[in-house]
Amino acid sequence: MDLTVGSMLAVDGISNGAVYALIGLATVLVFSVTRILFIAQGEFVVFGAITLAQINAGSVPSAIYLLGTLTLGCLLQELWLAWQRRRVDRRLARELARVLLPSSFIIAVTVLAAPVGLPLILQALLSLMLIAPMGMLVYRLIYRSIADASVLTLLIVSVGVHFALVGLGLIFFGPEGYRTSALLDVSVQLGSVPVSGQAIVVIVTALLLISLLFWFSTCTFPGMALRAAAVNRLGARIVGLSSDRAGQTSFILAAAIGALSGILIAPTTTLYYDTGFLIGLKGFVAAVFAGLSSFPGVMIGAIGVGLLESFGSFWSSAFKDSIVFGAVIPVLLLRTILTRTQEDH
Amino acid sequence: MRHSAKSALYATATLVLLSGTATADVKVGVITGATGPGASLGIPYKNTFSALPATLGGEPVTYIVLDDATDPATAARLARKLVSEDHVDLLIGSGNVPTASAISYVASETKTPQIALSPLSGEPAKNPWVFSVSLPTTLQLGAVADDIKARNAKTVGYIGFSDGWGDQVYAALMSHAAAAGYTVVTNERYARLDTSVVSQALKVIAAKPDAVVLGGSGTPGALPHTTLVERGYKGQIYHSAAVVNPDFLRIGGKALQGALVAAGPVVVVSQLPDNSPTKKPGLDFGRAYDAKFGANTNNSFSAYSWDAYLIADRAVNVARAKAKPGTPEFREALRDAMEGTTELRGAQGVYTMSASDHAGSDKRAVVLLRIVDGAWKLAQ
Repeated sequence: MDLTVGSMLAVDGISNGAVYALIGLATVLVFSVTRILFIAQGEFVVFGAITLAQINAGSVPSAIYLLGTLTLGCLLQELWLAWQRRRVDRRLARELARVLLPSSFIIAVTVLAAPVGLPLILQALLSLMLIAPMGMLVYRLIYRSIADASVLTLLIVSVGVHFALVGLGLIFFGPEGYRTSALLDVSVQLGSVPVSGQAIVVIVTALLLISLLFWFSTCTFPGMALRAAAVNRLGARIVGLSSDRAGQTSFILAAAIGALSGILIAPTTTLYYDTGFLIGLKGFVAAVFAGLSSFPGVMIGAIGVGLLESFGSFWSSAFKDSIVFGAVIPVLLLRTILTRTQEDH
Repeated sequence: MRHSAKSALYATATLVLLSGTATADVKVGVITGATGPGASLGIPYKNTFSALPATLGGEPVTYIVLDDATDPATAARLARKLVSEDHVDLLIGSGNVPTASAISYVASETKTPQIALSPLSGEPAKNPWVFSVSLPTTLQLGAVADDIKARNAKTVGYIGFSDGWGDQVYAALMSHAAAAGYTVVTNERYARLDTSVVSQALKVIAAKPDAVVLGGSGTPGALPHTTLVERGYKGQIYHSAAVVNPDFLRIGGKALQGALVAAGPVVVVSQLPDNSPTKKPGLDFGRAYDAKFGANTNNSFSAYSWDAYLIADRAVNVARAKAKPGTPEFREALRDAMEGTTELRGAQGVYTMSASDHAGSDKRAVVLLRIVDGAWKLAQ
């Protein structure tokens, strides 16, 4: 291996790492607010990418059916809850509206706008708008009623959600892969190494988003409310912060970040309905490197995972995933030795 | 209460239906991976069975089509269920090597003939109940090796799946190396769901091979090709038959221009010369399949299911003279009849089985395709 090949590998590793950083970011966000280890995070990546690819190809994306299915589930859930309460009241009307209005609005916009050949940036925005509400719907449908369960229960439920979403993905998107045309068809020469515009977009977006989330969670009121709900659910509720609202917000953000990652990688690779799990797992590994708590830590961990993967597959391609996941063990050992905090739940 | 009454009703209805048809029919159990990682092959394999005639070898036939989710354990369980509960006379499936070989154990244990839809390397002497209809990897790579030799290429790079398929293509590539006079300089692997193969491509390019052979399948097979082209590789790139589907062309796009693919003849059936033995069966298959699923939906994978049907069709016709469907004697006779298949012209090849050869295809089962402007063209 010479310097050129080495730096090409590094560029590839860093741009993959940036995507893992985004996923890890969402994982940390969701975990710190709701204590849910959201295994299905990778699914939103796939949904975002395939949706963009379908809009890109000029067809109405299948994601509207997925959104419709989840919305229908939530509506039935609300009706069921009202039936249990034995009353039809304003609360029911309010909840129904909260579920139905955004979804139906977005579906309507998509059906009208998707086939007319929007500019690429609007196509990406449309995909983002389609996927983001799914996070909220998944939270309402699955997690809201068990929000106080133990971390282990929530984890196992997440595994179930992952399988359910992959299954729905196969039904709505089919078994074949999708790919979009490049967002930015330029290439910059860095020394002797060509760096694609795509890689730069991915890295810059990841950096921006991480700084934004860091700022959001430390300097703004909604961000602090999210953190308050994370630190102490009961305490947050006593001072009038809804942990339910916090959970929904974190899931919307997670789905949006997932979809954004999908949009970013869709032009460089082929995505299948079940690609999400492996990407999600690598993002999760990055989050574990950061102890599931620090946003900048995730970035460093994710770049580490990306580099490990790209150099690992150069030296021994058959074992690259074993190398990446094997690295979790020494990192966890190191963390146990270095940190002495007790988990409190 | 209402629910259980309803299911009781369904159960009764099913029983009536089953007992009404179970007496004389030939029963064929079909297992494919219509979901799970093998779904993109499993679905076309499965589809053929709803486009088949209502008789098999002159007997009325029932196909029981099940989905193994590309999971060997599920495949074995379904095979066992088909044999013990449905008393099938023949098992067909499954569409990839691990699931098909899981079924083959059940087939040999219960003495039920099986036609696998993927290459099985099991020896007929050890397991005489298992046949396979597919293009053996050594035949595919034989066509590739001939072309490499004709181009006088000396070094060959390899990137394949990090699974049994990748191993199989690599082994086949190596088996022709001495005769065709090339050396294989890299053995790089990637996984079906990998989002980047840049590292592997860089390693291959650094080794400067005259040609590259790719051992992927379906649409994931396009990723190393596009990456190699993106990174400036100019040599000839070869694929195996496992990539032959329209989505591969869609995903690979312009980057695939000029690639050579060793494949069964059915994809280019209209371009075959009229004296080609596979032309008429191929056109028959295309008509039957398209009539069911719409114009131009027929494909390379579904054609193997069709050939399995042709082999079974002939064998049932022979076996029904000896025993009644549903009996062990019939299954035995069916197995013997299938082993006696001689010069059977199918859509994807000409089959001649024997006690030592249960795949039965020869060089007529493989053609070299060139990808030109996003379409398959018969090379040469």
